[in-house]
Amino acid sequence: MSTMRSAEGGAPLGGEHRSRESHGPTATRSAEGGAAPGGEHRSRESHGPTAMRSAEGGAALGGEQRSRASDGPTTIEAGYNFGYLDENTKRMIRRALLKAVAIPGHQVPFGSREMPLPYGWGTGGIQVTASVIGPQDRLKVIDQGADDTTNAVSIRRFFAKVAGVATTEHTAEATIIQTRHRIPEVKLREGQILVYQVPMPEPLFRLEPRVSETKRMHALADYGLMHVKLYEDIARHGHIAISYNYPVMVGGRYLMSPSPIPAFDNPKMHRMPALQLFGAGREKRIYAVPPYTSVHSLDFEDHPFQPIRANAACALCGARDSYLDEVVTDDQGGRMFVCSDTDYCNTRQGSREAAE
Amino acid sequence: MTELTPGFADPVLGAQSCFRAILEAMSRPGRLQRVAGIEQPPAPLGLAAAAALLTLADADTPVWTDAGAAAEAWLRFHAGCPLVAEPREASFLLATGRIPSLATLAQGSEEEPHRSATLIVEVKTLAETVGWKLTGPGIETEHRLQVAGLPADFPRQWAANRAGFPRGVDVVLTAGPWLAALPRTTRIEEA
Repeated sequence: MSTMRSAEGGAPLGGEHRSRESHGPTATRSAEGGAAPGGEHRSRESHGPTAMRSAEGGAALGGEQRSRASDGPTTIEAGYNFGYLDENTKRMIRRALLKAVAIPGHQVPFGSREMPLPYGWGTGGIQVTASVIGPQDRLKVIDQGADDTTNAVSIRRFFAKVAGVATTEHTAEATIIQTRHRIPEVKLREGQILVYQVPMPEPLFRLEPRVSETKRMHALADYGLMHVKLYEDIARHGHIAISYNYPVMVGGRYLMSPSPIPAFDNPKMHRMPALQLFGAGREKRIYAVPPYTSVHSLDFEDHPFQPIRANAACALCGARDSYLDEVVTDDQGGRMFVCSDTDYCNTRQGSREAAE
Repeated sequence: MTELTPGFADPVLGAQSCFRAILEAMSRPGRLQRVAGIEQPPAPLGLAAAAALLTLADADTPVWTDAGAAAEAWLRFHAGCPLVAEPREASFLLATGRIPSLATLAQGSEEEPHRSATLIVEVKTLAETVGWKLTGPGIETEHRLQVAGLPADFPRQWAANRAGFPRGVDVVLTAGPWLAALPRTTRIEEA
């Protein structure tokens, strides 16, 4: 474990001030890392409309999580039904999930429930996970690639409490991975389910705000509006200026929002062996991409889709193939790039140390 | 009136594991899944067909079935679902004999294709390595599925169902404790 990562949990000395770049409209991130003198003050911003990633300032939290990367099954807290939701709600969500899988990329409305966390913190993803999860599962939760941030830690604890499931930070060990805004770097396999938290399921929302109209456009597969938007980007900027939430065609039929994952992750969705489920709690929509289904990022023949990645190696593990976060290290303009996927980075560092 | 047999031994976890089997079946068409959790399903329902309905049907979902009075009483009691006489009014259909024609069932609309029926058919046998060649979403190259007990014109009906995408009916085939699914996207080629 590097100093970087351990500082993140609020180690008292030698930390850094970390700050990630943002794309989102309302970055309300509070960096509460820096309570202790010199402790790492980490401030990542988010892509989505609801940026709630807060660096855990709590001294023990990060370290404790790290020393126990996997936890066995626990007992369910008394007074809760298995998985928190009542059985009627689960049945309703399960029916929606099955239709979503049968119609890849189509948004199925569902009766989203009030959850014990605010909209934008993953209420859709958490309801999907709650309807799918069973005692045999091992759950991993990531928030922009990281297992050790407030949102990921609290959702993982929630399911340990209300479903008694085993949890893990290792991508390969997990059977269900709930994610906010990233796809893990390690290739997912059959038998895994990836649950995305989605703030805005409608890919046409910024171009056409009326739901009645976008429904009709999906019915007619009339996606000219989105092509015009991409064309205007090219005319104005010389390239398609979308770096996250890059629209995709699923199964050659439905235009779909991949949730605000970086465009870098889009190719991973194409013919992924794992099942991909999407839950939007505030917008009350569920959609899905079955395994081995074509997912094509929209582009033009003369302007092919290009996943974007910072041209650097991870400062901690040296990876040149992973998605990187830019981290400001001081107030003199110093900066470094580190893997966004903490499990991938830690695993690589671990194997490098073992080799030495 | 015969005595009612119990539903899921554990209603919460029984429904959860059955749902995962159906979800897995629906996302990997043609792969067989085994279901457990009900001691004694009402005749003539197999375990998987009975479990699937208990997992998915409730007061919100009209059910049509040809399985007879004992099965209807069992469903009414355990699932609490309304039973309808017309196949086109049902969101779930459970056929143990002649299946209703797919074209007569709820297809959903172009805007709301999810408002379509799911047809559960109790067939004689299911086998995985021989029979139809299945391709489509959820299938890496091809899956094989052999079904005994469907009408001879089912592949033709299925082709018409598939052509209506995104509208269409999804089918769950059950044989005793086994089930396999055919979402509307799956293409069937007769071997």
